[in-house]
Amino acid sequence: MSPTNYLLLSGLLFTVGAVGVLVRRNAIVVFMCIELMLNAVNLSLVTFARINGTLDGQVMAFFVMVVAAAEVVVGLAIIMSIFRTRRSSSVDDANLLKY
Amino acid sequence: MTALAPLLFVLPALGALANLLAGRRANAWGHWVGVAAVVASFVVGLLLFFETLGLEPEQRSREVSLFSWISSGTLDVDFGIRLDPLSLTFVLLITGVGSLIHLYSVGYMSHDPGRRRFFAQLNLFVAAMLILVLGNNFVMLYLGWEGVGLASYLLIGFYQDRPSAATAAKKAFLMNRVGDVGLAIAIFLLWLELGTLQYTEVFARIGEVPSGTVLAITILLLLGACGKSGQFPLQSWLPDAMEGPTPVSALIHAATMVTAGVYLIARTNPIYNLTETGRLVVALVGVVTLLIGAIIGCAYDDIKKVLAYSTVSQIGYMILAVGLGPAGYALGIFHLLTHGFFKAGLFLGAGSVMHAMNDDVNMRHFGGLGRRMPITFVTFGLGYLALIGFPFLSGYFSKDAIIEAAFAQEGWQGWVFGGAATLAAGLTAFYMTRLMIMTFFGKERWKELKAPDGQDYHPHESPTTMTVPMIVLAVGSVFGGFTLSAIGLYEWLAPSLGELQELEGGALPHALVPWLVVLFSALGVLVAYLLVGRRPTPVERPERVSLPVQAARRDLYADAVNETLIERPGIWLTRALVFVDNRGVDGLVNGVAAGLGGSSGRLRRLQTGFVRSYALSMLGGSVFVVAALLAVRFA
Amino acid sequence: MILAQVVSDATAGDTGVGEAIVFWILGPVALAAAVAMIFARNAVHSALFLVMTMLSLAVLYMMQQAPFLGFVQIIVYTGAVMMLFLFVLMLVGRDSSDSVVEVLRGQRVAGALLGLAFALLLVAGVGRTMFAVPSVGLGNNAANGNLTGIGRLIFTDYLLPFELTSALLITAALGAMVLAFAQKKPKAKLGQRAAVVARLRGDRISPLPGPGVYATANSVAVPALLPDGSVAPESLSEIIEGHEVDEAPRPPSDAHSLTGRRRELEAGE
Repeated sequence: MSPTNYLLLSGLLFTVGAVGVLVRRNAIVVFMCIELMLNAVNLSLVTFARINGTLDGQVMAFFVMVVAAAEVVVGLAIIMSIFRTRRSSSVDDANLLKY
Repeated sequence: MTALAPLLFVLPALGALANLLAGRRANAWGHWVGVAAVVASFVVGLLLFFETLGLEPEQRSREVSLFSWISSGTLDVDFGIRLDPLSLTFVLLITGVGSLIHLYSVGYMSHDPGRRRFFAQLNLFVAAMLILVLGNNFVMLYLGWEGVGLASYLLIGFYQDRPSAATAAKKAFLMNRVGDVGLAIAIFLLWLELGTLQYTEVFARIGEVPSGTVLAITILLLLGACGKSGQFPLQSWLPDAMEGPTPVSALIHAATMVTAGVYLIARTNPIYNLTETGRLVVALVGVVTLLIGAIIGCAYDDIKKVLAYSTVSQIGYMILAVGLGPAGYALGIFHLLTHGFFKAGLFLGAGSVMHAMNDDVNMRHFGGLGRRMPITFVTFGLGYLALIGFPFLSGYFSKDAIIEAAFAQEGWQGWVFGGAATLAAGLTAFYMTRLMIMTFFGKERWKELKAPDGQDYHPHESPTTMTVPMIVLAVGSVFGGFTLSAIGLYEWLAPSLGELQELEGGALPHALVPWLVVLFSALGVLVAYLLVGRRPTPVERPERVSLPVQAARRDLYADAVNETLIERPGIWLTRALVFVDNRGVDGLVNGVAAGLGGSSGRLRRLQTGFVRSYALSMLGGSVFVVAALLAVRFA
Repeated sequence: MILAQVVSDATAGDTGVGEAIVFWILGPVALAAAVAMIFARNAVHSALFLVMTMLSLAVLYMMQQAPFLGFVQIIVYTGAVMMLFLFVLMLVGRDSSDSVVEVLRGQRVAGALLGLAFALLLVAGVGRTMFAVPSVGLGNNAANGNLTGIGRLIFTDYLLPFELTSALLITAALGAMVLAFAQKKPKAKLGQRAAVVARLRGDRISPLPGPGVYATANSVAVPALLPDGSVAPESLSEIIEGHEVDEAPRPPSDAHSLTGRRRELEAGE
């Protein structure tokens, strides 16, 4: 089996995450979908590292994880504070910034 | 001694500054400061004149460089003075006549609340005029040229509360501007060709310039001269300039400033010497102008306007003279000097009459004033005789010399120039005699009339400050011509203008010309006596008159022509431009703005505020980009 | 043993049979869990499905000679990050965002179509290019072990980004504290007397009942029961959704001796 199958899996997972962002309204679930997309990218990075024969891809994936962790912390804090003021965690309810 | 030269124009400039800056506390003595500044300037001029007279003729042209004025790239302009016979002659004329007229103004303006301002502006004029004639390069000439234009504008519009004065000032300024543009372009051309603007260098190297460019320069200089000197086709501002106080008319619009054009052509004679065509154009302009001025002068009833058209006509003589080339430069300057005396005297006399007649200028309201104001009558009469060329008065010498030189031209030019000049001499005699008769002789028509301000006329002789200058100028009018030719004006001017060429041959024998001129003048006087003196003058202007008179009353349609040819198309052009600007340019700009605004108003509906819509469009964009990449890669 | 076999296979560029078996089991599992995540109506279920996907991916990492990443995935992602998600879910609770009604017209259809197109493009692109690329494998790099290799890279070539990530993490921690810190409005401090007056004038003199008193459960989501067995709704926190609770069985008759109130009520009946 070729490692390319991992890349195909990664692409499919990424697509599922993207569609999830589009269709879900709960901000937390949207956030989970973003995490899913990041994981999909990580999978492809690891696979590329293997195909290329260097560890740089794995280091990249490591950095992506760190950034994702930081992002989750801040993002969830934002969701919390929005929920505290608006009593809602729906992304559709935060629509004041428009025409 | 040459170190004194800057004082010539610094003193009047200081006088102007003092009068302008001292404020109301100078109301009591400011005019005497003005008089003293010009008189002191005259004394300096006399000193320099006598010093120069003591030098050898070859050394009489001296240059005094004061400081480097403009230094920019290869352009280097010194603030320098050129002391030569020509400039000194003008200095004496300007400061001498200027002193007399300043003195006269003390009396004439004694009741005017703006007297201090008047003297400030008069001093400013004298300073600018002296810079004009004293500069040793074209830039200083231009500085003085614009300075006198400014002073002229201010003084024509001196009576700020009169709309007619404001309009006349604006007209003078605008028409001068046309001429000034010509002068400026001529200076640019000289700079372009020679890279210098010093008179000495320009005149030494003018031979290097291609003949076509020389012709263009002469024509452009002539345009400048026409604007400043009220020559055809820019003559129509000068009569309107009579809206200013009469001393201004005497000093600026008769004796000095309007002769700047003659000075310009005489000063640049090395350029004009190179092109016969240029000189011919100058002479033609002079001939046309002297005829126009003489013809219109016959029809006016306004004493100052008659004198103004007389000035136009006499300057036409001078322009004709300098247009004749080396045979005429000195003659033009000669006539300029004698004209400065008698025309200034005539204007002062007219001012005296107006002073006596409650500022009325309509000659039909005058009559019989000779008995009431004897000094004015006598001095005015002497000026009149000098102007019409009465034998052995100053006009006889200077004007006849010009007519002789005109007749001495080759071919048709001799007949046309000489004939026109002689005819104009007859016309001059006619309109001046008419003026004399209507003003000083005949029935005292003013007795049955009321002045425009509702009071009776009380004609009286003017105060001493006014009569003394008139007497001095009258003496100058009588003896000026004889004295100047006796002391050798032509030889004196030779270092600046070249030797005067005596012309031989031509259309008529030289001995015949003076007789012919005197004959024409006598005819003019006789016709005027028959037409005006023998009949009572109607107080109201007759409206049913012959076509030529109607034309002359309307300035030979000069204003109408200007209006039709320049003003109307200008207004149409302006309106068209305004239309294009409003509808076209603004329409385009506003249309673009409105279009952008409208489309933005619709586009902004896309900004729903829903994050998921934005994410959808991002995914759409990603799909597009990936599809495009793959298409490029695999297609 | 199978895992060891798989890993040794992976040192070569291509995948061995063992790895293929693992991939064909865990790959569909990860994909199915991901799809289930976006379809699950309950956010907690979504989180659990995501955990499932992540764990599958962790195993796949390990099989691809990235054991360090695999363990980090399990510890950091599924252990820490997803727990954080669950905490926030518990704090926020369920609300209207979980409604199944789509507000934006055409959003679901367009999202599905675009997603399908995107997936097709990715699969087509990757399939056309990557199958032709020979896989090198990590055999040489992994000589001293995966962890050593990554550590050497991080502390040599990637030192500056690594230090920057530490700054990023500190900033994120501070930012989260600032954002999540709820500033209480300072209330006017009441004196002892004023507090007593306010309490006596108020609608309740006694303290609120604690949760779970006389309850059959010890969850905060279960309200307290009053001595007579009825529910005390004020014992529940406002932000926690209360669970239905059955009325407690009637207390024994001797319990009435505990309170005189009951007797009065019965007398009233």
